[in-house]
Amino acid sequence: MSIQVENISKSFGTFAALYGVSLDFPTGELVALLGPSGCGKTTLLRVIAGLETADAGRVILDGEDASDTHVRERQVGFVFQHYALFRHLTVFENVAFGLRVRPRRNRPSADEISRRVHRLLDLVQMDPLADRFPPQLSGGQRQRIALARALAVEPRVLLLDEPFGALDAQVRKELRRWLRRLHDELHVTSLFVTHDQEEALEVADRVVLMNRGQVEQVGTPAQIYEHPATPFVYGFLGAVNCFRGRVEGAHVRVGEARLPHDGQVDIQGAAVVGFARPHDLQVVTDLAAANGVDAIVSRVHAFGASVRVELDSLEGAADRGEPAHYEVVMPRERAVSLTEGQRVKLVPAQLRVFADQAA
Amino acid sequence: MTAATVAILTSPPSLPRIARRVLPGFGLTLGLTLVYLSLVVLIPLSAVFIKAGSLPLGELWNIVSAPRVVASYRLTFGASLLAAAINTVFGFMLAWSLVRYNFPGKRLVDALVDLPFALPTAVAGIALAALYAGNGWIGSLLAPLGLKVAFTPLGVLVALVFIGIPFVVRTVQPVLEELEIELEEAAASLGAQRGQTFRRVLLPLLLPALMTGFALAFARAVGEYGSVIFIAGNIPMVSEITPLIIITKLEQYDFQGATAVAGVMLVFSFAMLLVINLLQAWSAKRTGRGR
Repeated sequence: MSIQVENISKSFGTFAALYGVSLDFPTGELVALLGPSGCGKTTLLRVIAGLETADAGRVILDGEDASDTHVRERQVGFVFQHYALFRHLTVFENVAFGLRVRPRRNRPSADEISRRVHRLLDLVQMDPLADRFPPQLSGGQRQRIALARALAVEPRVLLLDEPFGALDAQVRKELRRWLRRLHDELHVTSLFVTHDQEEALEVADRVVLMNRGQVEQVGTPAQIYEHPATPFVYGFLGAVNCFRGRVEGAHVRVGEARLPHDGQVDIQGAAVVGFARPHDLQVVTDLAAANGVDAIVSRVHAFGASVRVELDSLEGAADRGEPAHYEVVMPRERAVSLTEGQRVKLVPAQLRVFADQAA
Repeated sequence: MTAATVAILTSPPSLPRIARRVLPGFGLTLGLTLVYLSLVVLIPLSAVFIKAGSLPLGELWNIVSAPRVVASYRLTFGASLLAAAINTVFGFMLAWSLVRYNFPGKRLVDALVDLPFALPTAVAGIALAALYAGNGWIGSLLAPLGLKVAFTPLGVLVALVFIGIPFVVRTVQPVLEELEIELEEAAASLGAQRGQTFRRVLLPLLLPALMTGFALAFARAVGEYGSVIFIAGNIPMVSEITPLIIITKLEQYDFQGATAVAGVMLVFSFAMLLVINLLQAWSAKRTGRGR
């Protein structure tokens, strides 16, 4: 089932959590709402669920305006960050809850409830623990029960609020792969909120990146990562090296240095901010090279297939528009000659420039 | 190989090791606690039984089963149970509104709840008696309706309700504050009506706290003396509470009779608290917290 939101605004007191958000979630996709804390992603999810009422705008579920529908009539499955399991009920009863509270005429028979609950518990691989109470389960198990409970009412959409936020790294990775597989089986339109960009890029079909109550960019993980639309998106998705300078033809002048750029801003003399990912920066040991900024190698992390190098700028970096530190990733064989304290030049193979709003 | 060598080198000598406690002073604190408990609680309580036990068994039975005394048991325990039940319902509502809503004067109401704790019981008794007497503010309003409160068992109930309020409110309040709002949101998102959420989610989770509050209010009501005697009127067989019977016997220098009745009260109270505690343990286990 499709979800559309139109012009949603919501404030808490003087704090505007959402500001004119319009989005269209197609049927059957797994979409990540990604952004830093306080960006409004959870509020948007709660507005869609009906747990929060928007100050303005409409929520359209399956083509019908659901803005004034109560959460219990919206048929959405909601999974909470801290599980919100009923601790006085067994795992079985937790999952059966949504079926047992139905009005008598729609309530399945006891046998039917039992059959459906066990099928769901099988699906989340928890059937052997049906008689346990939630406090006797691990975090990952609890979250799977919470998911089974939400699925029991056959929701039209599944909404997950930081579903893996309270779990440790290992379980997190396992569960998000599992969620992806589950979604491929069920094809329920699903939205999940996360502040972890790796999680969003790895699991989702589509990513909605939010900042300060507004949508920054919508796209597939590849689109978002390869072609960030705004400086914020660039900075939010992974480590980045950021330069400030002015356009000079095919180059950006940063202090005394000249760096080639991608030509997105071609107004002469325009103030720009340029971004290069750690793997887009090349380390040049020839100090006489025409392009590049000066830097000093401070640490070489030589483990794994590629080597991560940390570098410091020369003194007065901020005045010239250079970052104070750099991060560069390169193949192992290219890093062998680098020693800590060595002076090098850094040349971006690809420098994405945006007009500098701050200048 | 290396690992094994290291393990052998660092394995402790085969002397039995004395388990060391991290917190010091276990012996001292436990000793003091036991002495204190004995002096303050155990010795006085056992003195009641020893004194009562000096009576011949037949005479003891005659004293504790005299019709006037039995009527007082009925009033004391009946009114206490009823008062605790009333307080459980209304104390829960009070705690609910204090936790869930914001309203002007909330802090004042919160402070008022503790007043029955703080007020000398005799003051409360006089105030209640004056209010509910036939010519008092409330009593004069109820009189035309044929309702007599002061100097009847109903008056005893009113006094016991008054002194029991804080117990339920103060035990339920913190538990209610800790209940995550998400539980209710989860129930609603699963399609539960408000009433179903309350009955199936909130009430079972609050039940242990409600029962503790009930037990405390009940225990307090059984022993209450000061606030009751003024409004009760102390008519034998009608509105005379057991603690008053004990006092009356003491005033007549009938120490043995007084301790006999006191012993009966003690046994009753113990039995009731035991039942309530068992219920509590059962419900805590059922909510998965009794692990």
